[in-house]
Amino acid sequence: MLELNYDSVVIGAGPAGIAAAIRAKELGLKTVLVENRDLLGGIPLQCVHPGFGLHYFREDLTGTEFIYRFFDKMEKLGVEYLLKSHVHSIELVSHNEKIVNVITPQGVMRLNTKTLIYTAGARERHIFEINVVGDRPAGIYTAGEAQTLMDIYGIIPGKEIVIIGSGDVGLIMARRFALEGAKVKAVIELMHYPGGLTRNIVQCLQDYDIPLYLGHVVTRVVGKRRVEKVVVTKVDEKLKPIKGTEFEIPCDTVVLAAGLIPNLDMLEKIGLIIDPYTRGPIVNEFLETNIPGVFVAGNALVVNDLVDYVVEQGELAAEGAYYFVENDGIPTVDWKPIVRGRNIRFIVPHYVSGKRDVVLYARVQQPEKNVIVTIPEVGWKMKQFNVRPAEMIRVKLTKRLLERASSAEKISIEVIPGE
Amino acid sequence: MMPIKVVIVGAGIVGSSIARVLSMYEDFDVTLVEKEPDVGWGSSKANTAIIHPGHEEEPDVHPLRARLCREGNILWRQWTRELSIPVKWPGELMVFFNEEEEKNAKKYIELAKLNKIPGVRVVYRNELLQMDPSINPSALGAIYAPTAGTISSFEAVIAIVENAVENGVKLLTEAEVRGVKVVDKKVKGVETTKGFIEADIVINAAGLYSDKISHMAGIDSGFVVRPRRGEYFLFDENVRVKPEKLLHTTPTPITKGVYAITTIHGNLMIGPTAEDLPMDAKDETSTSEKGLEYVWKESERLLKELPPRTKIIRTFAGLRPEPPGGHWRIEAYDDPWGFVNAAGIRSPGFTAAPAIAYYVLNLIKDKYGVSLVKKKHWNPYRSDIVRVKDKSLQEIDELIRKNPDYGEIICYCKTVSKAEVIEAIERMKKAGVKTITIDGIKFRTRAGLGMCQGSFCRWRIALLISQYTGVPLYQVVVKKDLYGVGEVKALLKS
Repeated sequence: MLELNYDSVVIGAGPAGIAAAIRAKELGLKTVLVENRDLLGGIPLQCVHPGFGLHYFREDLTGTEFIYRFFDKMEKLGVEYLLKSHVHSIELVSHNEKIVNVITPQGVMRLNTKTLIYTAGARERHIFEINVVGDRPAGIYTAGEAQTLMDIYGIIPGKEIVIIGSGDVGLIMARRFALEGAKVKAVIELMHYPGGLTRNIVQCLQDYDIPLYLGHVVTRVVGKRRVEKVVVTKVDEKLKPIKGTEFEIPCDTVVLAAGLIPNLDMLEKIGLIIDPYTRGPIVNEFLETNIPGVFVAGNALVVNDLVDYVVEQGELAAEGAYYFVENDGIPTVDWKPIVRGRNIRFIVPHYVSGKRDVVLYARVQQPEKNVIVTIPEVGWKMKQFNVRPAEMIRVKLTKRLLERASSAEKISIEVIPGE
Repeated sequence: MMPIKVVIVGAGIVGSSIARVLSMYEDFDVTLVEKEPDVGWGSSKANTAIIHPGHEEEPDVHPLRARLCREGNILWRQWTRELSIPVKWPGELMVFFNEEEEKNAKKYIELAKLNKIPGVRVVYRNELLQMDPSINPSALGAIYAPTAGTISSFEAVIAIVENAVENGVKLLTEAEVRGVKVVDKKVKGVETTKGFIEADIVINAAGLYSDKISHMAGIDSGFVVRPRRGEYFLFDENVRVKPEKLLHTTPTPITKGVYAITTIHGNLMIGPTAEDLPMDAKDETSTSEKGLEYVWKESERLLKELPPRTKIIRTFAGLRPEPPGGHWRIEAYDDPWGFVNAAGIRSPGFTAAPAIAYYVLNLIKDKYGVSLVKKKHWNPYRSDIVRVKDKSLQEIDELIRKNPDYGEIICYCKTVSKAEVIEAIERMKKAGVKTITIDGIKFRTRAGLGMCQGSFCRWRIALLISQYTGVPLYQVVVKKDLYGVGEVKALLKS
């Protein structure tokens, strides 16, 4: 077994991992990026639609274009990476020594490292997680699987499509299928409001006459060999299916875009503490978890709606790793918790020091109009005409602003009705 | 000597066990015929996967079931070793929660004595909760049967078929039997969707459809096999609740109760229901809200706690064949001469299967006067696929030195390597499976059985199947139908 020593091992070469590895290399850390697949890039590789990089590059790029810009940078800097390399296990030796055991076609490698940046993304919820009963035939795909088939391997999964979930992933997949000549029969959304951005409702559904059923749920899949139809039921205010409202939609394919769940099994085995609201880890302002020197960024941290945020988190985690290596651990400070106030579903990070600028990411619980998003302890306010769970709120708080809360025990974020 | 041509209808646990036993003798030339693309896809696949001790059978009502269950339990210990089939023997606890259930449960102590099942005894709360802390502490006690085991049921059928084929049995998949040819009251063969197959002996091991096959041979039109549905939940490996023993509630007249077990693959499984379906619902393996809710409620009663629903990785249903009166029909007939029924094999059929196979062998020997000459070079052994997941890092490193494909992980959840997938494809080809399906790979390698349920690896397995069989990617079969419907390029051209 080959043994190698690093300052930082980055797990997962999607946008978060690539950004982290680049930043770590720029800061002079001895870094390696470990990727399961036989190519770098992660999910953006299969995203042929635009909408990437509006914040980061101030340009509208496709997923592939976006990620290729980072490849160029990686090459220039000479970022070290391993492909077809699967993390078998992680061992904690001491606060600043970890061993990452990696299975590769060249053999098993033991990577000794001071820090770990975990950027392995999220997994998609599958058909057995959304209370659907009935048959289990061919013709059921997750959105990512369908997208891989179509845009990496040129295979059309089906011709008559029902999409479960109206988040951006579901909406974009609806358009993608329509563009390839498939008939998208419906997009079914459990909630009483759409899950995705308004521009996607217009550009992906309305432009293609695709019906959207809000407040509906697929309760049954029918089909012996291949999907033949789905049974759709209306739900009440509490999202419970209403008996007697069932109707059928004939189709040969069901595509699940029913949300993502951070992929953290590997870290849970070594004691990671999870926030039930993000289903990601509890982190401080460096995106360091409860395990010293283990940082998490991207969709493994919190399911983001913009790749730009994912990259930002990757870079921040690398800066955290650098700070950790420089100081033999993150120096002890009085961490202040950030707590959820009115109409806030989650907030990341969970702790701040008040000693440096920090970016907060939050989502609201419910859509609401004419509101003020506020952080009372620092006197920060932002008027919003509209807040929706589909759109993450990103707030940058400067060190100066945070100093106002120096005597506060906690910092809270909330949405209050505007006047 | 011309070998006797035997066709076995149905490559489930019963048919494949019979094939293995017949393959021990020079006397037979065996063809195992299966309507599905792969072996073990009927009742053998979706069940509770228990090797029953045999203390639940009433010897005066079902003497054959009682006897062959006991014998099968003993035979499985040998068969699982010879064929490296994953199995464990934790013993089972039939848990009772009130006096009525207790009275009912204690009946099985008497049955255990009658059936000569060793070690069965009653345990009360204190001992019970120490034996298995995952049981609901309100339980009064349980009947403990130490000889119960749990097996990987689909891997068992695969292993037995591989071994039978190694010893000369021919497997013919996707061949549905449409008729049994009888001339002068003698069996001549079977008509299948893949053509006519000549036979001197036809053995009906068609499970749910064994009534149909029996009728084709002109036997007892009153014999009908009903589908009885059982629904299950399967949880992720990574949950707190992991029963050490095989737990179940006290049986009712139609079911052995609801089980909660840690499967051989480390998942918590709860179920089944027992619901009689109409005669024409023999492919009705859909799940239902009502059935699943029943399983959930019963399991809540049985266990101290259930994992959260977010840890469910799969729900499924299987159908068990239910013959009239629960009676197995294992007979060799004079008319038509050469027709043998191993029909209506309901629970504990999986447990009994090896014993049923020997029983059928003896029926054939006695009825048709077969000499039974043992093969000199019969190979009792079959090795399992080498699995990276079961190996230490040092061992994995050595495997990769020999074959770099062990170093490429295809299924992240279950750590299944490319080498294992390729080996499964090669084994399927060697066994005679015509269509290499994604499900076939799943059952052989466990790829896709984890938390993501294949969303990360299904297409990668499809790619390997395409690469190693020459089938275009979109024509790779999931289980019974295609993975895709066409190529983007082709649509652009049109």
